[in-house]
Amino acid sequence: MNYQNIIMSVFVLLLVTNCSETNGIFGKTGSGSDPFANISQSSLEYFSNEVGDTVLFKVNQSVIEPDYREVLNSQAKWIKENSVGSVTIEGHADEQGTREYNLALGARRATAVRNYLVSKGVSESNLSVVTYGKERPLRICSDESCWSKNRRTITIIDGSSS
Amino acid sequence: MDINHKKKYNKRFSTPLRVYNWVVLLLVFFQYTFVFSQENVPELDIDVTDGVVEPIPVAFPNFITKDFSSSIIANEISKVVKNDLLNTALFRIIPEGSYISDISSIDSPVRFTDWRAINSDLLVVGDVTVLNETITIKFRLWDVVGQNEIFKGVQFKGPSNSIRRIAHKVSDLIYSGVTGEGKYFDTRIAFISERGPKNKRTKRLAIMDQDGSNLIFLTDSKSIVLAPRFSPDSKKILYTSYETGKPRVYLMNLMNGNLRSFPELPGMTFAPRFSPDGKKIILSITENGNTDIYTLNLENNLKKRLTKNVAIDTAPSFSPDGKFVVFESDRGGNQQIYVMSSKGGDAKRISFGKGRYGTPVWSPRGDMIAFTKMYKGNFHIGVMRKDGSQERLLTKAFIDEGPTWAPNGRILMFFRETSGVNGAPSLHTIEVTGRNLRKIELSSFASDPSWSPLLK
Repeated sequence: MNYQNIIMSVFVLLLVTNCSETNGIFGKTGSGSDPFANISQSSLEYFSNEVGDTVLFKVNQSVIEPDYREVLNSQAKWIKENSVGSVTIEGHADEQGTREYNLALGARRATAVRNYLVSKGVSESNLSVVTYGKERPLRICSDESCWSKNRRTITIIDGSSS
Repeated sequence: MDINHKKKYNKRFSTPLRVYNWVVLLLVFFQYTFVFSQENVPELDIDVTDGVVEPIPVAFPNFITKDFSSSIIANEISKVVKNDLLNTALFRIIPEGSYISDISSIDSPVRFTDWRAINSDLLVVGDVTVLNETITIKFRLWDVVGQNEIFKGVQFKGPSNSIRRIAHKVSDLIYSGVTGEGKYFDTRIAFISERGPKNKRTKRLAIMDQDGSNLIFLTDSKSIVLAPRFSPDSKKILYTSYETGKPRVYLMNLMNGNLRSFPELPGMTFAPRFSPDGKKIILSITENGNTDIYTLNLENNLKKRLTKNVAIDTAPSFSPDGKFVVFESDRGGNQQIYVMSSKGGDAKRISFGKGRYGTPVWSPRGDMIAFTKMYKGNFHIGVMRKDGSQERLLTKAFIDEGPTWAPNGRILMFFRETSGVNGAPSLHTIEVTGRNLRKIELSSFASDPSWSPLLK
């Protein structure tokens, strides 16, 4: 925990110092002023922001699109390299569906991600899935710009929070 | 009302049927007005017939009382009854100022001409006594046009804290006596009370009377709770909670607060309902990403799997005779409604319109199935015959979802969610005819209603 706190403090400091130099704290990834450049690659922040904890889905689909296979490949690599104890995959749906169906759909999405990670060598016993259906939208407008961000899975490393 | 109105009613009721009482006459009237189309209504033709039914004028003089404390309770009772009747949009109350006759005793002869002169069709007379914390109400319902009593005088007794229940029972007798339809006022609603912004919504399990009063919270706001369902005896509630971090079904006993979880069921569990005899529950279990329908016998804990395929099978609801189950499935490619035997096995698709269909609920009368339909960015509440024919959509909104039947099978409650960043749900009712859309006014957001059976 202390280790994490230190990392967090460094992270916050870096954000503050970077703010004065760039337009926004998450201004441009991969640019010279990458706020994560000096972050430990084993930190949870690095996982959620640089590896990417999110996979997005098409309407009513649970197929992992090619773009997100890369994200999941990185997730699997990171999880294995950092000897993570347990990982929860949250499945979510947009509001354009009935409550029960969306619960089932969220479970499908989370399981698709779990199965992909397992196929990339992550130990199945470390992975659990949970569906939130349409109960926890990330974005709250009622058009495709938000819905597309809400049809998602989030891979949560034990110790981080969604 | 005016002369035309009076003429219309006189014409309607001045048939040889007058030898029968009003119940029969109004049954005819109802069947005439609410007759269902014998042909399939064209798709997405919203069947709203608001304003077609002229409310029946009712004279409702103050209940007779002998002392001041009784008169206070009598006034409360009549306020609740009048509100029930007005909420149906089938009745209107004639203002007291215009009454010609006084009612001094419930047994004295009614001067029909006086009540007819103010255009009333019905007259409610009652007598309320409060003695030793017990309320006694006697009341009679008169058909002013036919000049006879719709049912024999009725007497209710109850403790002095049961004012609203007594009132709802009075409303039920009036509504049922006049329309010939089943009762539904003395009922409760279990629902989810919601607060906070859309992405941080807190949800609490709650129950209230059908008219929105006597709200009681049954859970705190720590865990997400979803979709409560009443038991056939109204004494228990099934619901889904994230208490453990995952959606799991629980059974709450409303009489003693006992909570039963179902550790024998694997995976994530949701969408529960009782069987009509209350001995089993039916629900969805999600294991390895696949959602199927199971029953669990509450007495011997025997689990039975009803569907077995890679599709999503959820939102099951028993037919009132317990022989069939209606549910939703995407086995055909997208979300549609299917019916199968309650023993499982082959399922027959019954929804064939454009769009997606979910949350089917079998009517307590057995004849119809209510559902949520999604089509071209809108949600609808609709009804169809149990074979899928005669689909009629009753509402249209951004999100209208989760219908529940009043015990008489005439009215549906559902939740309507508005769109956008401030979008929030509220409860509404509508008749199966598409008439009388009403919002239930509450102090919080509300979703997932479940209408209880008639209370005992």
